[in-house]
Amino acid sequence: MATEVSQSQTRAPQPGIDVPGWLRKNLFSTWYNSLISVVLLVIVVQVVTGFFQWAFTTEGWIAAASNGRLILVGRYPAAELWRPQLALALVAILLGLSGGVWRGIAQALTIGFAGMMLVLTALWTQLPPANPPAPLTTELVLVGIAALVGGAYAAGRAGGERLRWPIIVGWFLAYPTIIMILQGFGGTAVPTNLWGGLMLTMLLSVSGIVLSFPLGVLLALGRRSSLPVVKFFCVVYIELIRGVPLITVLFMAQLMLPLFLPSEVRIDAVVRAVVAVTLFSAAYLAENVRGGLQSIPKGQVEAARALGLNVVKTTLLITLPQALKAVIPVLVGQFISLFKDTSLVAIIGLLDLLGVARAINTQPEWLGFPGGVWRETFFVVAVIYWIFSFTMSRSSRQIEANLNRGAR
Amino acid sequence: MSSSSEDIIVCENVSKWFGDFRALNDVSIRVKKGEVVVVCGPSGSGKSTFIRTINRLEEHQQGRIIVDGIEMSNDIRNIDAIRREVGMVFQQFNLFPHLTVLQNVTLAPVWVRKKTRKESEQRALELLERVGIVEQALKFPGQLSGGQQQRVAIARVLAMDPRIILFDEPTSALDPEMVKEVLDVMKTLASEGITMICVTHEMGFAREVADRVVFMDRGQIVEEGTPEHFFTNPHHERTKLFLSQIL
Ligand SMILES: Nc1ncnc2c1ncn2[C@@H]1O[C@H](COP(=O)(O)OP(=O)(O)O)[C@@H](O)[C@H]1O
Ligand SMILES: [Mg+2]
Repeated sequence: MATEVSQSQTRAPQPGIDVPGWLRKNLFSTWYNSLISVVLLVIVVQVVTGFFQWAFTTEGWIAAASNGRLILVGRYPAAELWRPQLALALVAILLGLSGGVWRGIAQALTIGFAGMMLVLTALWTQLPPANPPAPLTTELVLVGIAALVGGAYAAGRAGGERLRWPIIVGWFLAYPTIIMILQGFGGTAVPTNLWGGLMLTMLLSVSGIVLSFPLGVLLALGRRSSLPVVKFFCVVYIELIRGVPLITVLFMAQLMLPLFLPSEVRIDAVVRAVVAVTLFSAAYLAENVRGGLQSIPKGQVEAARALGLNVVKTTLLITLPQALKAVIPVLVGQFISLFKDTSLVAIIGLLDLLGVARAINTQPEWLGFPGGVWRETFFVVAVIYWIFSFTMSRSSRQIEANLNRGAR
Repeated sequence: MSSSSEDIIVCENVSKWFGDFRALNDVSIRVKKGEVVVVCGPSGSGKSTFIRTINRLEEHQQGRIIVDGIEMSNDIRNIDAIRREVGMVFQQFNLFPHLTVLQNVTLAPVWVRKKTRKESEQRALELLERVGIVEQALKFPGQLSGGQQQRVAIARVLAMDPRIILFDEPTSALDPEMVKEVLDVMKTLASEGITMICVTHEMGFAREVADRVVFMDRGQIVEEGTPEHFFTNPHHERTKLFLSQIL
C-alpha cells in the first residue's frame, strides 16, 4: 500500500493533451507512416459506414427479436421457464455470497456476473416484447438476478467467516441441484431434447469444466506418478485426446457410446455431448494442472515429507492447492475457449446458441426476406458470445491481479 | 562396534551414489542424546546429502542408519516413524506459502500427530512466542523477512516435538543482520537438550554451543573433535586449509 502511494507521487509529470502534436508524432511521422494511416483510415471508414448502413436499414433484426426465448433457453416450454430462472437465481445467490465472504477472486467473478446480466438486459430492452407475453419479462428477470447478486454480496459481507462452509457445501450441491431443477425430479418435467440456446451452451461449458476438473486433476497426478502403468495410461489418454479435434470426439460420443452400452439404455444427445466435452476438456485441464504442479519448488515436498506427511497428504495439502491456485487464470482461459468450442454441438444437431441461430434462419416466417435473416441472427448470437467471453476474460485479468497482489 | 543406549543416531559405513558419483563414502558417526554436532566442509563435500540421509530425503545405498532405535529400511512405516522424530530446517526455509504462519506450524501436529486444531493452535502460539514472532501468526510467509521466516520454520519443526533436529545451513540465505536472531533461537534449543546436527559455517556458533565439530570433504568425514581441538589443533592438512579460508 505504502509503496503504491509513494510511487504515484514520484510519477513523471503528465504533459497536457496536444492533439495535433499527438497526430504528427503517432500517425504522420514519416511519409510511409502517413500513407499507412491514410489507407487504414479509408478502410475503417468504409467498413464502419457499411456496417451502420446495414444495421440501421435492415429489417432482419425482427427474426432474432421474435425468438428471444429460443435464443435464451431453446425449446424449453414457456410454462416451465421458472426452472432456469430459479437455477440462475441459485447461482446468483451463491456467487454473491462467495464474493462477499472471500472478496478477491470471488468478488471479481461476482462483479463480472452481475455486469453480464446488466449488459444482457440492455441488449434485451432493444428487442420488442415476447408473444405470447411471459409471466416475467426477460429484462425484469435479468435485473432481478443482478439485484440478487448484489443482495447476496451484502449478506456475505455481513455474515463473514461463518458462512464459509455452508457456501462451499452449497457450491458442491449446486450442479446436481440445478440439473434436477431443470429436468424436474426424475427427468420427467422437461426432457433434455428441449433444452437449448444460451442455457444449453452455458450448461455444456460449465459441465465440461466442473466434471472434467476431478478427472483432469487425477490425470495430471497420474502423469507424474511413479507407477509406470498409471503413468502410461494417463500419457496415452492425454496425448490421444489432445491430438484430435473436439468435433471428432463429439461424433464418437454420438455414434460409438451407444455401442458400449446395453441396447435398452438410451442416453440422450445432451448427455452424450456432456460426456464428450468432459473427456475432451479433461485432457487439456490435466496439462494445465501438470504445469502448475511442475512450478512448485522441490523444497515444498521435502519440507512436507520431513514433517512426516505421507505422499497423499503432501499432495492434497501442499502441492495441489498451490498448483491449482497458480493455474486459476489458465483455467478461466480454458473455460472461455470451451464456452466457444461448445458451438460445435450444433453440427451434431443440438440446439445450442449457434444451433438456435441456424434454426431461426430456416423458420418459414422469414422466407420472404430478401437475402434472408441469417446476417442479423448470427450477429446477435456473436454479440452474446462476445459479451460472455469478454466479461470472463476481464474477470480473469482481475483474478490474476488479485493473485499477484495476494500472499506470496 | 559396540552400541550404547545413549546413541540416538548411529551411522555405519554409509555410502551414497548419484549415478556414478559417490557423494558419501563410508561415513560413520554416532551422536549421543542431547549432543550438538556441527558439520562443516567445503561446498559440494556431501554435508547436505549426509544429513538428508538421516531422515530419508536421500536414500543411502550402503551401510546402516539407526535413528532412535529404528533402523532405516525401505519399509515406509519405519521411514514415517523416523520422520516424526526428526525435524529439519532448510536453507531456503521452505515454508508453505499458501498457509498462514499459524497454519504452517499447526499443519503437521493436526495431520500427522492427530492432535485437535485447538490444542495445536495453542501450542503453536506458545512456540511462536518462544521464537519471538507471535504477532505475525496470521500473516503469510511471503510477508515476513528471511530471519522471521526461518524462525517460523524452527517453530514448525518444534511443534512436532522432535527428539532430533537437522539444520542445513539455516543462516546461509539470510541477510547478515538477521543471522543473529536465528542463531539465538538455535542456541536456546541447544541448551534445552535437543539433539542437533547443524551444517553451518558460523564458526562462532560452533565454538560456543557445539559438543563436537565434524569436518567433511569429498564425501568423507576427514576429522572430528571438540571445538577446542578442532579450532586450535586440527590434524589434517585439508582441515587446516579449510579453516584458513573460512576464519
Ligand atoms: N540430486 C543430485 N543429483 C546428482 N548429484 C547431486 C545431487 N545432490 C547432490 N549432488 C552432488 O553431490 C555432491 C554433494 O552435494 P551436497 O551434499 O549438496 O554438498 P554440500 O551440502 O556439502 O555443499 C555435490 O557434488 C553435488 O553436485
Ligand atoms: Mg548443502
